[in-house]
Amino acid sequence: MRDTLTKFASFAYAGLIYGFIFLPVAVLVLFSFQDGRLPVPPFNGFSLQWYEAVFADRKLMAALANSFMVAIVSSVIACLLGFLAAYALARYKLPGSALQRGLLIAPMTVSYLIIALGLLTVLNTFGIKLSLWTVGIGHVVINLPLCFAIIYSSMGDHHINIERAARDLGASDFKVMTLVTAPMLLPSILAAFFLSVTFSWDEFIIAFLLSRFDVTLPVEIWSLLRSGLNPKTNAIGSLVFLVSVAVLAVLELTLFGRTKKS
Amino acid sequence: MRAPQPSQTRKPPMSTTTLEDTERRKAWGFVAPALLWTIAFFVVPFLFMAAMSLWSRQSGQIVRAWNLDNYIAFFAKDSLFKGLVNSLEITLIVTVLSVLLAYPLAWIIAERVPKRLQRLALIMAVLPFWTSYVVRSYSWLLVLSKNGVINQTLMTLGLVSEPLEIASNRTATVIGFVHFFVMLLTLTIYANLIQLSPNYRRAAADLGANAFQTFWHVILPLTLPGIMTGAFLTFVLCIGDYVTPQILGGNNELVLPQIIMLQLGRRADFPMAAALSIILMLAVTVAYALCARWLKIERA
Repeated sequence: MRDTLTKFASFAYAGLIYGFIFLPVAVLVLFSFQDGRLPVPPFNGFSLQWYEAVFADRKLMAALANSFMVAIVSSVIACLLGFLAAYALARYKLPGSALQRGLLIAPMTVSYLIIALGLLTVLNTFGIKLSLWTVGIGHVVINLPLCFAIIYSSMGDHHINIERAARDLGASDFKVMTLVTAPMLLPSILAAFFLSVTFSWDEFIIAFLLSRFDVTLPVEIWSLLRSGLNPKTNAIGSLVFLVSVAVLAVLELTLFGRTKKS
Repeated sequence: MRAPQPSQTRKPPMSTTTLEDTERRKAWGFVAPALLWTIAFFVVPFLFMAAMSLWSRQSGQIVRAWNLDNYIAFFAKDSLFKGLVNSLEITLIVTVLSVLLAYPLAWIIAERVPKRLQRLALIMAVLPFWTSYVVRSYSWLLVLSKNGVINQTLMTLGLVSEPLEIASNRTATVIGFVHFFVMLLTLTIYANLIQLSPNYRRAAADLGANAFQTFWHVILPLTLPGIMTGAFLTFVLCIGDYVTPQILGGNNELVLPQIIMLQLGRRADFPMAAALSIILMLAVTVAYALCARWLKIERA
């Protein structure tokens, strides 16, 4: 009796919290189909007009492409630098390696706002024009610690003998790294890459402060918000949500689902 | 955050006991790009900003006279100091509420949900956060605003005659924050809970503890590191966030990041913005010092 009661209470509580977690996104998606000008009740009927409006909006589409570019390029750089640094610090004995690790991780502990502001003051002082490149630089700064930490923590000693064997067989350092080490660490490199893409894709404050004319999607959505409650914002938000979930599902089923079992 | 295959040891390989200069130079070559990037685009800008916080802005010009005017102004001007107070109050409320709401959920997922469904339960908890971060706060506006879902529902049901004021104030900011951090804390606390050996509970039961005593004296202390790590993360992310209070908070009670952005926008007062950022960082450092004894920094 007491057991069923606690069981019931548990599931009621979980249901309540899940309801709270899902409430805004459910409302967001529902009213992106609103047939009318306001994304609030009553729901007038089903319409795709706001999705059409999103696809017809050149600035939104350009911002989408910009976001994609910045996310991919900055994540590739962050992963590459993170991998090289992890390789050096895990395989060689360098003086002050603890300090170096600390330095590489340090940006993780600082608010994005402060990182952005620091970069902005320097860029302003040296008269460097703001662009998608400066946004990308900022995104590498925030993603490098992440990529380094993930890849570094997966560089186990059990890989060393395989690398040594490759070297004994005459492979150059470059070959060892690209043909032996990187493939062995592929799951964590990919995890770092996708996490980094996600963070860059969704990042607002750095992109907002360090961009000028070409902006990324979150910044463009931000300027949409000035028009108040608008079903078009619902539509672009829902679109991002549905695409992300679809990508996540594919990754889960293929890449990470597989590596988990093996 | 754990990578798929964490390893415990990082000793250098045995064969490289005699590190030749060429080897070492090679290693420096590998680590240099990342170090230089971090120094050029993180350390230098930060030091630059710290220096700038000691300058001032007079009649549209940034004057490189070294003084503490910005910091003195911060403590003297109520409009600035109140920002820190608001930030701290909101962050503390959010952190405590999120822990209190997330702990039971993490416990239910770890203890009551069948093992094979736990992963699904966690994925479901994270799922709504795959929408854009800016849009997430906006979607709370749809729920909380005067003609939003909650008010319209309550009025249709006849529970209230006037719409409740739940948007554009501190309540809305707190709700928006708690929404995100409940998810985050559920993950960190869950990760902590499933690592506990069931033997602890068995031992406690053998020694005659009831369910509550077991929880209070055994499980809770053992999960404290997970709670504190999550709470610290919540604190850092919450106190530095601009978007959520800007969208949901209205303009009455500005938090520190909003005031920093105001300095940048309307007044172009970079030195003041820099000083306020340093103060924000100090707040985080103090928080870190306060919970450092519980924080387990991985692989430090």
